Amino acid sequence: MATDAIAVLSRNVTKVFGRGDNQVHALRGIDLEIRFGELTMLVGPSGSGKTTLLSVITGLLDASSGELVVLGRRPDRLSQEELILFRRENLGFVFQQFNLIPALTAAENVAVPMMAAGVKRQQAVARGEEFLGTLGMAHRAHALPSELSGGEQQRVALARALVHQPKLVVCDEPTSALDGRTGHAVMELLSATAVRPDRAVIIVTHDSRIFDFADQIAHMDDGRITALEENRKNGPLTKSAAVYEAAPAQTDLGASQMIGG
Amino acid sequence: MNFVALRMLVADRAKYFSLIFAIAFASFLLANQISIFIGIMTRPSSQIRDVVDADIWVMDPQTLYSDEVYALRDYDLYRVRSVPGVEWAVPLYKGTGRAKGEDGRFRTVILMGVDDATLVGAPRKMLVGSIYDLDQPDAAIIDKAGFLYFFPGEPLQAGKTLQMNERRVLIVGISDASAPFQSFPVLHTRYSQALGFVGRERNLLSFVLAKPAAGVPMGKVCERIEATTGLRARTTAQFSLDAFLFYFRNTGIPVNFGITVVIALIVGTVIPGQTFYIFTVENLKQFGALKAIGVTNRRIVGMILLQALVVGGSGYALGMGISAAFFARTLNYMPTRGIIFPWQVMLGIGVVVLLVVGLASLISIRRVLVLEPAVVFRG
Repeated sequence: MATDAIAVLSRNVTKVFGRGDNQVHALRGIDLEIRFGELTMLVGPSGSGKTTLLSVITGLLDASSGELVVLGRRPDRLSQEELILFRRENLGFVFQQFNLIPALTAAENVAVPMMAAGVKRQQAVARGEEFLGTLGMAHRAHALPSELSGGEQQRVALARALVHQPKLVVCDEPTSALDGRTGHAVMELLSATAVRPDRAVIIVTHDSRIFDFADQIAHMDDGRITALEENRKNGPLTKSAAVYEAAPAQTDLGASQMIGG
Repeated sequence: MNFVALRMLVADRAKYFSLIFAIAFASFLLANQISIFIGIMTRPSSQIRDVVDADIWVMDPQTLYSDEVYALRDYDLYRVRSVPGVEWAVPLYKGTGRAKGEDGRFRTVILMGVDDATLVGAPRKMLVGSIYDLDQPDAAIIDKAGFLYFFPGEPLQAGKTLQMNERRVLIVGISDASAPFQSFPVLHTRYSQALGFVGRERNLLSFVLAKPAAGVPMGKVCERIEATTGLRARTTAQFSLDAFLFYFRNTGIPVNFGITVVIALIVGTVIPGQTFYIFTVENLKQFGALKAIGVTNRRIVGMILLQALVVGGSGYALGMGISAAFFARTLNYMPTRGIIFPWQVMLGIGVVVLLVVGLASLISIRRVLVLEPAVVFRG
């Protein structure tokens, strides 16, 4: 595969927290390729290192060793200011708890990344409203987060992550705070709007109900990738929407069974 | 991003207003107590500062302040006049006597006997009459508060009489004399007349008021007077400070006001500081999200400082507004007359508020700066 199709390249990446006897090896030699145009899921039980890997990929944490290339840049060679600029221009974030600013309306929340980049407020908010419209949320553009349902909040968070056209979208447990039906709807929207040939999407999850949205799944345990499933959408493990709704909600059990399997 | 900072600030109205009111309350308390303290502590020097013609006060070497005076001998006046560099010197009597009104009510009064010939020491702010009316027999000028005490409900007017030492006192004018510390009425009369009003005293000369010759520094003249006569010579400013310091050191007033000021400072620092800190900590996740999204630390510091300045500025403005209204209301109230809200106090409290919100912001900013943006990935 051509390297220009690779959004994230990780070679033997480690992350160690603490020193001496208190050392915790959160990542133990991660080898992974994440390609443009694909949705990659990092799955595994709590404490397996998936969130740490996501933090390292996004430059929110430094890797202890190894080689990491993100969108053609090496985060370890960027200054803090360059890293912030890199994140602002190229990355979109969707958080587990949405992390919307309660004081801002949906459109204003969507406008935040643009305002951070120096776009004037009115212009940014107008763009935010417009973008919400593309996600079917135009009628809720002026609502505060407290007036929105969980699914609507996550849609706003998705809009905030995508509005500035990032090349890499990272989602941390995007469905874990949602019920099964809403989580499925959010994933459908995410895969429909976020996945594009010039963009890569990474989702950290242990919600087995959404695995079938993935092009690639990296199963993690104890800081290692224990299994890698590729071309999943076309493979035999594809499930129908009816199966998601019937599956047990948000447990590590599903992921563990798959690793075992 | 300033817009985001302000919206975050005002979103929790309860916290926002509690921050503003805490700062406003502390500002008002500080302004109120410090201004009243200054007003009260400058009252002992009221009669000194009201004498605007002379610059030097000469007194017995043991005189500590203006309210307790051991009289000089008459010839001390001539000794002071003979000191090189003294342009002129006049006598001044300052003492207390008892005055009785037409209806029998009486009070101790502060009696000022000014030089018969020059009227140096006579009040300059007259509400009724003129200081030259002191030329009349038994004439005296009373201050407004004294007039209202002896003649309640009557319009300010000359021609009323009092009695002192079984002698008639004819009120020929009403002055706007500065309020004395003891809140006694203040009577001005001629030096020669004062003796009759207070009774038999061997020596009447409380002070010699002197003016330095042109071009001779006041301090130099004071030194010469002290060297030549053995008396104590102080400039008006020095003697005013003496009065202030005497009350400062010998009364519980500074302790009393000091405690209130300290409490106001603690309330003003701790409550807004803590509330602002909690406000920031509660928004920590949001700041983390902003950092992850790509908002720089500098921008976030700016946001927090803006929030602090807005609550600090609003609270300060409200506190100063309440203080100004309070002092405007009490300005013409006799017991509190002369107690004003000095601009220096307003400025000083502004600095204190700035320090308080600055300190609170610094602590809050520190929490945000050390915040790992990766915290946003922890549910």
